[in-house]
Amino acid sequence: MSYLADVATLARKDLRLELRARDTLPAMLLFVVSTLVVFHFTLPRDASRLAAFGLLWVALVFTALLGLTRCFAAEREQDVMDGLVLAPSDRSAIWLGKAISMLAFLVAAETVALPAFALFFDPGIDGRTIAGVALADLGICAVGTLLAGMAAASRARELLLPLLFLPLAIPIVIGGVGASVAGGSRYVEFLALYDAIFAIICWASFEYVVTE
Amino acid sequence: MIRAQGLEKRYGEKRVLRGVDLELGRGGFLVVTGPNGAGKTTLLRLCVGLAQPTAGELEVAVPRGRVGFLAHEPLVYRELTALENLDLYGRLYRVPERRERIGMLLERFRLWDARRERAGSFSRGMLQRLALCRAFLHEPDLYVLDEPFTALDDEGVELLGRELLERRERGTFLVATHDPGRVQALATASLRLAA
Repeated sequence: MSYLADVATLARKDLRLELRARDTLPAMLLFVVSTLVVFHFTLPRDASRLAAFGLLWVALVFTALLGLTRCFAAEREQDVMDGLVLAPSDRSAIWLGKAISMLAFLVAAETVALPAFALFFDPGIDGRTIAGVALADLGICAVGTLLAGMAAASRARELLLPLLFLPLAIPIVIGGVGASVAGGSRYVEFLALYDAIFAIICWASFEYVVTE
Repeated sequence: MIRAQGLEKRYGEKRVLRGVDLELGRGGFLVVTGPNGAGKTTLLRLCVGLAQPTAGELEVAVPRGRVGFLAHEPLVYRELTALENLDLYGRLYRVPERRERIGMLLERFRLWDARRERAGSFSRGMLQRLALCRAFLHEPDLYVLDEPFTALDDEGVELLGRELLERRERGTFLVATHDPGRVQALATASLRLAA
């Protein structure tokens, strides 16, 4: 229980920091909406559903990447990471707290992005698409937070994070587009499996990311 | 409580700490001095587990949660208030009677009136006082303090001196300073690192 209390404390702190600084969420919202507007005007009117959903997933992945670049910004810029690392709580709680706050930002961006997508492209968003987005969010936040932690320790972090994250996000895009346009639950199950495997790997390895 | 033998730390080719031996028993007060670049901060970071030695042996017989570490940086979020920062650490360190203890420390370090102000608006001296509150909050067994008097005004120096004197009875201290005179009366041993 104390582990979950630590996670809640850390996630609440990140949400409070965002409420005060407003560094991340407004940028994510602006990015995803303007990307969808650009896609709306560049995609031909007779474009397929597959193309429209492909662009939605590109927009979502890059929006998430934008948020992830700020994920450890407060700790890095204010040198607070040592304080968190020295606390007696399990260090994976730092990862989980960050991943939860990141998930909150991403879900907030998607609550604007999905209606905007439906408005611009009228692709027919069904339950499988929503499930695909929800599962993809979990995978993006699990993997992205670990990689953001790794990149934060590097001088070339702005370059390193996309280089590490985008290859690992390819299965998420495949699963997400598949869940949106293909029938059956195969792609949703694939995303769930991806989430389970990578969440365990990230949870277990975060300690090594924040310690020398 | 801390025992080191032939402790060495390198960053790439650069050796920042060479062959340090030290022994600090329970209740001891070790003052570490030395010129800039001698490795005082590195030694302290090794002792709290923020860095790993390149060579030598280091034993620290204190669990992570029982160490109070004062670093060069205050380790507080500038967007949070003094109260929120201390509450965050109080929760993570599972401090009993957290609110009372936070209130007491803020009073002692004369930060009570500024408790609802963001740490980002604090002067360097106020940040140092807040950092001291953070390091002392969980009543640690081992105090590892890196230049604790930095940026403090006369009142702050006096407050910290009084606090160290009071805590001296129930804690073990490893203090790095350029000004050993301030803690000379409390020290049981000293270690001078060469550049």
